[in-house]
Amino acid sequence: MLGEGILKGLAETAKNFAGSYVSKERLTTVQYPEERVAPFEAARVFPFLVYDGEDWEAGLRCVACQICEKECPPKCIYIEKSKEKKPDYVGKLQIYPARFDIDVSVCMSCQICVEVCPFEAIKMNTEFELATDDRFGGLLLDRQKLAHSNEYYHSIHPTEASEVDARLAEEKAKAEAKAKAAAEAAAAKAAAAKAAAEAKPATPAAEAKPAAPASTTESKSPSPAAKPTEGEK
Amino acid sequence: MVEKADQIFVTLLHWLVGFLPTGWQHLASVVVCVVVIIAVYPTLFALAVLLERKGLGRMQNRYGPNRVGPFGILQPVADGIKSLTKEDVVPFRADALVHFMAPLVLVVAVFMGFAVLPMGRNMELVDMDASLLFFFAMGASTELSVFMAGWSSRNKYSLLGAMRAIAQMISYEVILLLSSVAVVMITGSLSLVKIVEAQNHYTWGLPHWFVLTPWGLMGFVLFVIASTAETNRSPFDLPEGESEIIAGYFTEYSGFKFALFFLGEYVGMFGIAGFGTTLFLGGWSAPLSVLTWVPSWIWFFGKVLLWICFFIWLRGTLPRLRQDQLMNFAWKFALPLTLLNLIVAALWHFMGAGVVTWLVCFAILAIAYVLMARTGLKRGKIGPRSYRYAE
Repeated sequence: MLGEGILKGLAETAKNFAGSYVSKERLTTVQYPEERVAPFEAARVFPFLVYDGEDWEAGLRCVACQICEKECPPKCIYIEKSKEKKPDYVGKLQIYPARFDIDVSVCMSCQICVEVCPFEAIKMNTEFELATDDRFGGLLLDRQKLAHSNEYYHSIHPTEASEVDARLAEEKAKAEAKAKAAAEAAAAKAAAAKAAAEAKPATPAAEAKPAAPASTTESKSPSPAAKPTEGEK
Repeated sequence: MVEKADQIFVTLLHWLVGFLPTGWQHLASVVVCVVVIIAVYPTLFALAVLLERKGLGRMQNRYGPNRVGPFGILQPVADGIKSLTKEDVVPFRADALVHFMAPLVLVVAVFMGFAVLPMGRNMELVDMDASLLFFFAMGASTELSVFMAGWSSRNKYSLLGAMRAIAQMISYEVILLLSSVAVVMITGSLSLVKIVEAQNHYTWGLPHWFVLTPWGLMGFVLFVIASTAETNRSPFDLPEGESEIIAGYFTEYSGFKFALFFLGEYVGMFGIAGFGTTLFLGGWSAPLSVLTWVPSWIWFFGKVLLWICFFIWLRGTLPRLRQDQLMNFAWKFALPLTLLNLIVAALWHFMGAGVVTWLVCFAILAIAYVLMARTGLKRGKIGPRSYRYAE
């Protein structure tokens, strides 16, 4: 019958129209600035730097290895290494980023920096309201703006942060065990040397090297070539 | 009291022009009426746009505009300010004069139609003997502006849109006209005032609206379909099919000229809704004899708004037709039915009104409708297209 489908369609839209006033399921729109949906755990928008402890500057996990800077496809990360060193989470002396800027307007949220980082220092944030009225300075986030505590990381990505923490603790324990073993070996060596000094026949002590540091000193390249345009002078 | 409320605008007009010398009174009353029409319908246009956006939103399970003012009721104001402050771009190669004239011609033509519409008892600007003809003449001249817009823009999409619009409007103009000819046959008058008067009787409390007769019902349905096509509304909005030809004939219009086109389209919709109301829904007459105390203009504008709401509902429901479906439907289905409807109207006239006549006329139209729909669907002429090789 011609026209039957039209009537059915009209009934359907009428049902939607009337239903939108009574049923929440028919009107799923979230009125954004007033209402918000809690961000998903898997959401990733823009990277941030993780720091441990209270002081963001002292606790930054980043060791300025510049791997992320090199891997970043749109080249939006700018790192300058520090001259002096400070101890990292294992207690080993490392350089740290004197400057660490990410350009929001260039970043494409690909998460590659997060994936290549060997120090779990850079992670993805769920914060998405990055709009600013300052076109240059406001879009180039420095390390202070990028730094967020490990607790914050736990609050936005609980599962992932726990895994990272477990891994870091394991590594730290391993390093400590190794250091302990090295110390013991050194002590044993010293004792052996002492013994050898007393008794002539020499006994070769077990050689124990401390844990090899990561490739922090590999890159000899100077500060990045591409410098971002600074804010209006 | 009832009489006063009904005639309030007429009394107001007489009081207003009473201040002038006698020689000027006629001219002054015409000017005042024109000003009122030009003020009322754009206001109604703003209301209808808001209604459409909110209503369509609700049909698609979302809120419509709800940011400007409480519940978004100031959205039309914001839209108006936006279109006024936008840059008016005229294409470099465009025929500047025609390009400029097209929206004006459209708006003037659609507003001319209101001159003859009876918007209430004694509320018509001109009581012409051939007002129906006048309305059609004005309705047809909107096609000119559409073609002017499409041609002068020197843009292939504009031209395509204009060609589509012209083809569609001319095809459906025939149906529009022939379906209202049945009304003229029964009332024996081309005057819209007389047509309303002919429907303003009551039997057992029910009105003598033409939509309640078999030929009137069929005419009404065809009129609604044709008017949807005439005003380029969905599902007949091919001339401005956004997915294919950007915006059709007003692709190259921006700023206030675009707003004028938009206004013209909606005011044309009011015009045709008011016209259809006058022809089939009894114009300003009340739907029940017990409701005759309600002022007549309330009934007229209520019916027009109801018609607009139905248009919005249709737009929220139906997808756009294809050009061949559009043409097949017009010439192979709607036109034969309209012609048959004329014959039935003649039958009604000669058999005299009565239950038997009603049943006979209804049976003829219903059988014809079912048969034509069946055969048409079977041959794939008006229904879904059957593909020979693709399936």
